Amino acid sequence: MSDEPRVGVFVCHCGINIGGYLDVPDVVKYAETMPGVAYAEANLYTCSSDGLQKIKEAIKKHSLNRVVVASCTPRTHETLFQGACEEAGLNKYLFEMANIRDQCSWVHMHERDKATQKAKDLVRMAVAKARLLTPEEEPEIDIQPVGMVIGGGVSGLTAALSLANQGFKVHLVEREVRLGGYLNELDRLFPNNARAEDVTGPLIQQVKEAPEITVHLNSTVTDVKGFIGNFDTEVTTGEKTQPLNVGTIIVATGANYLNPKGFYGYGEVEGIVTQLELGGLIKEHKVGDAKTVVMIQCVGARTAERPYCSRICCSEAMKNATLLLEEDPRREVHILYRDLQTYGLEYTALELDAKRKGVKLIKYEAERPPVVTKGEKGPVVKVFSPLMGEELTIEADMVVLSAPLIPNEDNKKLSQLLKVPLNQDGFFLEAHVKLRPLDFATDGVYICGTAHSPKEVAESLAQARGAASRAGIPMAKGRLRTAAITSVVDETKCSGCGTCIELCSYNAITKNERGLAQVTSAVCKGCGVCGASCPERAITMRHFTNEELEAQGLAAIKEA
Amino acid sequence: MSDFEPKIIGFLCNWCSYAGADLTGVSRIQYPTNLRVIRVMCSGRVDPPLPLSFLAEGADGVMITGCHIGDCHYIDGNLYAKRKFGLLERLVEKAGLERGRVMLEWVSASEGQKFADVVTGFIEMIREMGPTPAATDPEIRLNLRVAQEAAEAYRLRAIVGKEEKLEKKGNVYGDKLSQEELEKIMDDAVELEYTRNKIKLLLKEPMSVKELAKKLGIDSKVVLEHIVVLRQRGWVDLHEVRDHSPLYKTMEVA
Repeated sequence: MSDEPRVGVFVCHCGINIGGYLDVPDVVKYAETMPGVAYAEANLYTCSSDGLQKIKEAIKKHSLNRVVVASCTPRTHETLFQGACEEAGLNKYLFEMANIRDQCSWVHMHERDKATQKAKDLVRMAVAKARLLTPEEEPEIDIQPVGMVIGGGVSGLTAALSLANQGFKVHLVEREVRLGGYLNELDRLFPNNARAEDVTGPLIQQVKEAPEITVHLNSTVTDVKGFIGNFDTEVTTGEKTQPLNVGTIIVATGANYLNPKGFYGYGEVEGIVTQLELGGLIKEHKVGDAKTVVMIQCVGARTAERPYCSRICCSEAMKNATLLLEEDPRREVHILYRDLQTYGLEYTALELDAKRKGVKLIKYEAERPPVVTKGEKGPVVKVFSPLMGEELTIEADMVVLSAPLIPNEDNKKLSQLLKVPLNQDGFFLEAHVKLRPLDFATDGVYICGTAHSPKEVAESLAQARGAASRAGIPMAKGRLRTAAITSVVDETKCSGCGTCIELCSYNAITKNERGLAQVTSAVCKGCGVCGASCPERAITMRHFTNEELEAQGLAAIKEA
Repeated sequence: MSDFEPKIIGFLCNWCSYAGADLTGVSRIQYPTNLRVIRVMCSGRVDPPLPLSFLAEGADGVMITGCHIGDCHYIDGNLYAKRKFGLLERLVEKAGLERGRVMLEWVSASEGQKFADVVTGFIEMIREMGPTPAATDPEIRLNLRVAQEAAEAYRLRAIVGKEEKLEKKGNVYGDKLSQEELEKIMDDAVELEYTRNKIKLLLKEPMSVKELAKKLGIDSKVVLEHIVVLRQRGWVDLHEVRDHSPLYKTMEVA
């Protein structure tokens, strides 16, 4: 390969995600004029198989020895593009990304010219760095074949069993004193009215019997250090703390249920319950002679404070309404809804069944929510129906509130421990909604169940099995190529002062027989602290060298 | 001043702040377009000579963001980032720039809104300060290069590298140094090393101690002490004696 840089630049439209907010063809035209750029093109989706093919073809056709993709974030897509480079025979460390979506088009949606200018600058910076990149080799590390599952609800139980069935040891950590999670509080599950205990019972039994699984009840994860393959965690049970070394971690901590205190007189007016409480009443046949039941949907959900749809409440209401009518067909059940979200085949069938059995659906508007007051014999519901154009008054025996699932309070703590993000609503956020829906951006950590977002049991089970499969991949391989982003000591500059040895948090640097610093690549995590502190400036950070970073920064200030 | 568009460079650590900045995008939170991001693995990677070089070349501000203290992906890289930032701030001020042109902040991967707020706030602050004097004043530009040289030289780097240990574990005699004692050591060392590096740069043209003292605005006795140290280090040597006055010059390094 010739040393003369021949950079290929691929600028992604990302459909309208980038192309809709900045001038992609203009960025390409500009990229063509940059020193060292041999080829530039625009793609509708650079990450599509078509786009990757074009990168591979261009590497060969134009003898490219560096590739820059200007698109989304390297945190989700760098590996994919590096793979394409490798397939075309180009070392993956000769690849660089310019983040013109997450950190440009999406945050400058109303400033087309300035966003275009910024995208050009970001591409110029990436090209400046790319020109200096060098090929690197990757060391291999061992993966501890032990998984950790945090959360012993239906998702965590399923994930733990799935890992155990793959032959891995599992530590299942549950905060409460018993397994089963939220399902312990439920009776019947839609769509087929299975009993919750019939779902959790066998799962708990199998988990208890599986020799691979160690259950830690009444326990929380209090510390996490290390990386995929070797997480050094600390699990605290009561007063006792024990260290556990695991290769992968699955987050299955579930969600909470909003207590609708303050909504529609809950807790103040007699005869107002939640769907959860109604489930319990139905189970114990305690609904009694309540003849008129009014259910109110979206209680504290899809509001300014909590903008998301909790997804399960419409089906839950249909199920409970149907159960009430099956118990006593003379009952009158009204569901006051904003938009019915009984999605998919089964839940549409559930809705049709409920309607057939006589459930009355009344739409209300968010701006004019129903009003519940205390009447002579029970709660009185007034609701304006936009379809009929009039206000209806229903004298009810019982009002049932559909409150949403909300994120666990300690999500933030766990997210900081694991270094994984939460979304704006406070649920755990996956690496990529389509490409990596069960992974976190941090390697070796995975997500399933309602910790991720409100969802029903079948979806949680599917996700749990998926997450366990994802976690099983590196553990089954047993070894993993790690990034070559490590530090390297120039012995002709090192004075043996030992500053780097003291600074390294991983004991990756030792003194060699000549008294000079020496880095163990497989142990080095590539933070670069040693290099940035070396008094003799004798340490280079691979892939983030001083020269590369300086070129990148100077390119931001000045053209060419 | 309304058409002044500050050039801002941001070092973002890969694990927290860069992810936080991505989340800002995913959440479609808007902020001004002035920031140009350099991704680094850890905020502790940001070696002070880099931001100093960018400031010398005309960057109006440089921000560094990392994981919150206690949350560093690399255990304690951000503690070292903080130490290095202390040196950076001091040198920026010595060079004649406002300390506020450099900023260190902690932004986690889940703080999309905070990232937007931090960037917007920094850009607004730089807007108020106005364009960097380094763009128009060659003296300041030269000072920033002096600062960069000082940050690249052994002594300051060795002190910064040891600060964390000196405060938490103590020196070879087991004495722990308080934050105030460390601040004093740093202040003195920065003062000394900055002046020595400035002399080194000025002496590319042969000059007498008196002339140097005038240019630096300090006592000629102090300048002479520096010259003695610089000669010992082999950085400066006697050039010639003119009118009974010795002229010194920086040694050319082949």
